[in-house]
Formats: sequence, structure tokens, C-alpha cells
Amino acid sequence: MIIPHPFNHYHLIMENTLTVKRGLDLSIEGSANWSSPQDCPASLVAVTPDDFPGFLPKLEVKEGDTVSAGSPLMHDKNNEDIKLVAPVSGTVTAIIRGERRKIERVEMTPRGNDSRSFNIDLALPESIIAALKDSGLWAEMRQRPYDIVPVADRVPRDIFVTAFDSSPLAPDLNEQVRGKQKQIDAGIKALSTLTPGKVYVSTRPDASFQVPAEAIHYTVTGPHPAGNAGVQAANIAPINKGETIWTLSILTVASLGELILTGKRDFSAIVAVTGPEVGRPYYAQTVQGAAVKPLLEGHIVEDERHHRIISGNILTGTKISKDGFLRFPYRQVTVIAEGDDVDEFMGWASISPSKMSVSRSFPFRMFHKKFSPDARILGGRRAMIMSGEYDKMMPMDIMPEYLLKAIGARDIDMMEKLGIYEVAPEDFALCEYVDPSKIEIQKAVREGLDWLRKEIE
Amino acid sequence: MLRKYLDRIKPNFEPGGKFQALHSVFDGLETFLYTPRTTSASGVHVHDSLDSKRIMIIVVLALMPCLLFGMYNTGYQNLLGSHATSFPFWSIMAYGFLAILPKIITTYVVGLGIEFIVAQWRKEEIQEGFLVTGILIPLICPIEPPLWMLAVATAFSVIFVKEVFGGTGYNIFNVALVTRAFLFFAYPASMSGDRAFISANPICGLGGTVNFADGISGATPLGQIATMSGGVPEIKNIAGEAVSNWDAFLGLIPGSFGETSTLCILIGAALLLVSGIASWRIMLSVFAGGLIAGVVVNWCATPLYPASYLSPWQQLIYGGFAFAAVFMATDPVTAARTGVGKYIYGVLVGVIAIIIRVYNNGYPEGAMLAVLLMNAFAPLIDYCVVQTNISRRLNRLKAKAEKS
Repeated sequence: MIIPHPFNHYHLIMENTLTVKRGLDLSIEGSANWSSPQDCPASLVAVTPDDFPGFLPKLEVKEGDTVSAGSPLMHDKNNEDIKLVAPVSGTVTAIIRGERRKIERVEMTPRGNDSRSFNIDLALPESIIAALKDSGLWAEMRQRPYDIVPVADRVPRDIFVTAFDSSPLAPDLNEQVRGKQKQIDAGIKALSTLTPGKVYVSTRPDASFQVPAEAIHYTVTGPHPAGNAGVQAANIAPINKGETIWTLSILTVASLGELILTGKRDFSAIVAVTGPEVGRPYYAQTVQGAAVKPLLEGHIVEDERHHRIISGNILTGTKISKDGFLRFPYRQVTVIAEGDDVDEFMGWASISPSKMSVSRSFPFRMFHKKFSPDARILGGRRAMIMSGEYDKMMPMDIMPEYLLKAIGARDIDMMEKLGIYEVAPEDFALCEYVDPSKIEIQKAVREGLDWLRKEIE
Repeated sequence: MLRKYLDRIKPNFEPGGKFQALHSVFDGLETFLYTPRTTSASGVHVHDSLDSKRIMIIVVLALMPCLLFGMYNTGYQNLLGSHATSFPFWSIMAYGFLAILPKIITTYVVGLGIEFIVAQWRKEEIQEGFLVTGILIPLICPIEPPLWMLAVATAFSVIFVKEVFGGTGYNIFNVALVTRAFLFFAYPASMSGDRAFISANPICGLGGTVNFADGISGATPLGQIATMSGGVPEIKNIAGEAVSNWDAFLGLIPGSFGETSTLCILIGAALLLVSGIASWRIMLSVFAGGLIAGVVVNWCATPLYPASYLSPWQQLIYGGFAFAAVFMATDPVTAARTGVGKYIYGVLVGVIAIIIRVYNNGYPEGAMLAVLLMNAFAPLIDYCVVQTNISRRLNRLKAKAEKS
């Protein structure tokens, strides 16, 4: 239902809808139905700089330091103002480094309720930008081209906010922002001062909030990847060479609103614990970056199988250990079977109804409502053989096969011509899923984007 | 139990083991028997169940009706040519089976042998592509050429058409068709004429002797038409009786082993389309192209080119047209890969096949050359389609620049 807005007659006249035709909704066992989240206080919290592509971490704390929620842990070497901040108050207990002293993560033990205050002058865009960078919210946004943390000093042509997650077993963002109308209003209003263009907000038809007048509302229907901001941008106002857009989630908008209204960051996170290997999927109330152990304790099915724990969804999420942490931007933990303990005799010949596939060569898959796939690649890596398979999964004006070949050949000219600036690895996730040649497509796109940025900048 | 046995002998094939030179062979066998336990290391955590093994096996399955009918037809043609009076089904099938078995074994041994060696040398997994190629080659060749020719041609095309380009997925030309083209141009006498398509001698006591000295001709319908002097063509079978359209549709005519039966080809096509393995765009447009060209040549029929008197739908049931449309043109690696490109590619295959067939009396079978020719042009077609995407993007940028 569209409630008339007192100041905005535009919405009454014109309702923007976007119908995504290509894509796929995987039907996976273990979805969490929305219910009030169970309280699950974090015992340990970590911030992982790898979750913020383009951000080169430089530490601002050392082990043993006391931090308050919202105080900086690291800044970006390219721009000292862009920070990653502590999501809790407490002590920095460990700084984990990997090869060549690369910072893997900063671990904190929560204690107390100290929260850093921020001052924002809403009349000044510079003040909003400074607050975004300082509060860690800047790092929660992405820019295209390159799908990285926005480069400072580059004004975005438009800003795209996605208010739903369409990926498999995704948490219900609509419920998570219910009742946060004020925060969303404040957040969108602030964002709208940062671009000469428009702020677009895409929702499903049953949005739990009213899109404020400063933004243009799009109602999106259709299968995944309809919820990807890049897909929405490609269909609403595609990115041209030389242009920059920002993309972010409605959750980040709500956090920004909270920051504006209270001067404090809200790091609380409602996390969906899902997947075929989770006994009773549920929603947990915790904080960003919390250790997943307490969330999973007693919830993983005890079936002697090897398990794969994913922070995020099965298409784009990050594989973590059972002592791992929630990774940005996901508000989801999925557990599936690893599958490296299964012996499947002549699996390629199977017509079992439990085989998950988009191919009609598995005729009995229709009799199966929900699937419990494991992490096997179910085949061997091959050259690209079949054609047109990726196109069915790409609701953008992109020719995935040719763009991937250009990326593989590191041909800058062709990459540009075929729209490399419009895409992010996540837009290719379904292509990678359906690919019978089992090519690592998202990895290739990420490496291609990083390489291109290095070459050009 | 089998799993335990494989696990026990596996160390022998690992580097340093006794049989490390056979690693690729063992790996091929192991992954054939058991789905590999490899799990995803990056990107998506779950994968679709479809893999290249399943794709290839479905194509092989789709070829089975043609293979079985080819056995029957080979036995049948032999008996017909040797003036037999009774046609017992099982002995016909046995004859055909014995006639084709050595050819299938030859192509697989030669082709898979090369694949295994190359896979071992490149330290790659064995690719399944030759599973299909190995069965296609005997199906699209006449029955009579000797095994050594088949071996030479198979080796030539696997090495020079596939492996030097990088293996399955990188070849420009259809490997099976190049094998046939190689045979045709290297040994024309054994590949055409009135004797190549009939198995003339008894095998293991089955079948009879076809004595071509009696004035019997085992020429294919298209071969006969090409040598006619004009008028509405009359096609005779090896026993000198008229061939009905029904015979041609069922496939009881001389021709390449698996190509004669349009019915069996259509059964295979149905399997490929229902399972979604082959592109319906290509298949449909090859037939459409063939029909259009058939109508046009029939409309301009002239005694100079006797095949132009065939009605359009007869063009589709004679020769290798239907087989090429269903199994050859649809090879995803060598066909056009873009959506629109597939229509253009398919129509051109169909049109060119009929044009070569009708207007080149010296070479009555055009489908093979048409597909090979379009294999060469497929990248160009795709290039043009990709350019439309590129120019759309450029125009968008230009329109924007003009506005501001």
C-alpha cells in the first residue's frame, strides 16, 4: 500500500517498478522464519579488514588497548580519515596477522557500555562526510566501478540503497528495519546532500517503511540477484565510464540515521542462522563482528558429517571456521555439509530427485521442494564449453562470457567496452553456480577489478 | 568395496608411484566412477549438479537410436544387395554390430589414447569431449573405408584440430567433421561413389556378398540424383527398386552409417532438447534455413542441377542434413555462442548445406562442408553481436554527454 506523503505528490503520480526476469531463486532447506530474535551476547568480537575491499589497513591500536564502541581501530593508508571502528567497548585482546604481516583481524573482548559520540552539522555535507568516514559507516558503503570502499573526494553520480536481500536463505531486512522510519528518514536525507544526482531506494512490494521524499522509490520483483544494488543500478540508471555510484544497504542507512539522531553508532545486529545443517533456524540478536560460536552452539545437526560454516549466504558468503566471526556485510550464518566425506558412485549419471540443478536433464528435481546441497563442485574444472548458460542468470545488459574472457586476457579496452565498470563479483555468483565447467568466476572478476584499478589509477 | 580397491591402488598412480605415467588414466577412471570430493575453494559454496561428464553422456545417449538403426541398416543393405530372400532381424543386427564394432574401437583407442597422453603431458584432467567425438566419427563415415584410414584421420583431427588449439573447449572446428573431411579429401575413392556405403562381404559367416559387377549400384540417393540428366529424380535402392519417401525417412537407404534415419535423429533431437543440452535456437534455425533454401532452389529448378527438383522437405530427409542439424551444428564449442548469433549461424548452415548439395554436382553432400564453413564464421558472427552490446554502451555514454 502506498501512503500518500504530504509533500510528495510525485509518488502518487508515478510508481516506479522494476521486474527482474533473469536469475534464480535457489530453494534450500533451513530458512529462518521471522520471529523475535534470541538474545545472544557476544563473548568475542573481531573486525576483518579483508571484508572491505580497497581498504588498506593501518593499525591505530595495539594489543591491550581499551576501546569504546565507535572508536577507531584502523585507518586506510590512502586516506587517514576513513576508519574501521570497534563495534563494542572493551579490550583489544589480539591482533592476528597473516603472511607478510598482513592484518587478518583485530579481536576484542567486550566489557562495559562505553560509546563514542559524534557531532554532525547536517547543513554541511562536509560534516556528514567526515562523520561517515570517522564512524566506520563510510567503509560500509561500496562504490562502482571496482566494488570497493568509496574513494574519498569522488562525488557519486547517484546513490543506490537496497532494502532487501534476495540471496538464498537471506535474512529478512524488511523486518529488521520495521519501526526505524525516523532513522531511515534522517539517513536518506543526509545521503541526498552528498550527490548532485538521486538517491534510489529499492524495496520489495511490501516495504515496512515509507521511502522518504528525498529518494526515488523502486519496487522490485523477480528472483535473485534482484536484491543486488548493482543489478538495480544497471536497470534503473546504468553506470557509464567515468561515473561513480555508491551502493549500500538499508541497514547502513538506518545506522547513519541513528548516528544523526543520537550521535552514537548502533552496532547491534540481527543475524539469521540458517542452512540445511542447522537444526532449528532462528534469528539471533548480537553485534557486528561477533564470534559465531555462541550462535551455533547446540544448533548444528549432529550427524557426524563435516560441516562448512559460512558467514553470509551460500553464493557470496565467506567460509569461516567454527571459531570464526560474523563478516561484513552479512547478517547471516549458513551451515551446509562439506561433502568431502561422501562417496557418490557415478554421480554424473544420477537421476535422484535430491540432486539440485537448473538443468532439465535432472527430470525428477521437480518432485523435490527444498534441497540440501553440500559444498562439492560436483564435477571437474573445464574450459568454457556450454554457451548461453551465464546469460540466463545475468539480469543486466552485460555479456558475461565475453566480459570474463576479456578479464582473463587482461584486455583493458575490451573490459571497458563490455561494461566492467558496472559489475561486482556478486553479480556473477549465479553464473558461477550454474556453470557446468565449474570455473571460479567470482574470484576471476575480483582479481580482474583489482588489476584494472591498479593499471588505471 | 570398489572404492576401497581404488583407494588401495591410488598411491601407485601418484607422482613417485610405480604407474605415475598413467596418472591421468587413473584419475579419469576414478572421477568417472565416483564424483570427485573436491569442494569449492572460492566464490559460491554450492554448485549445480550438471557437469561436463553428464552433458557428454547425454549426447552419447541421444546418438544411440542412430547407432542401433545404423547397425540394422548396414545388415539390411548387405542382404538386399546380395539378393537375399529372408531378412531375419537378429542376424541383420549382428552383422551390423560386427561391421561397426571395429570402427568404434579404432576411433576410441586412437582418440582417447591421444587424449590420455596429452592430459598426462599437460598434467590436466582427462576431458570428456572425445566420448562424443569417438562415437560421432563412425556414425558420419561410410561403412567401407578401411580401419587404418579411420585411424589416420582420427589422429590427424584430434591432434591438429583440437589439441594444438588447447584441447576440448578451445577448438574452432568440429573434430568429428574434420575427420570426415580429411577422409573425403585424402581418400575420395573410398569415401564416395556407389560402393563406399555398402558393406559388401560376409562377416563371421553372417550376411552375403554384394557383387557390384552385376551392375548393382549402392550409391546414396543424393549420389544418384547428382549423376542424373534432369527431370524429376527417380531414386532406386540397391536392389533396383524405387525408394519411397517413407524409406528415406526411416533410413532404409544407403548412406553414412548413422545418418540415414531421420526418425532416429529426431528421437535423439527430442532427448537433447528435453534435457536442454543442445541449443534449440541452432537446431530450429538450421531446419528453417534448409527449408527456405529448399523452397528457393525448387522454385528455380533446372535440369542442369537435378537435385533442385527435390521438394524442400525431401532435402531435409536425404543425406546428412538432419544429422548435421541435430548433432553437428549444435556442438556448443564450435557454434556461435551468442543468442542472436545462434539464429544467424543456424540459418546459414541450413542454407549453405542445400546450396552446396544442389549446385555442386561433384559433391552431393553439403551439410558437412556447410557446418565446417560456419564453424569458421561463428566467431565473426559472435563478434558482430558483441559489437551491438558495445555500441549500445557507447551510445548511452554519448547521449549522456550531449545532454549535459
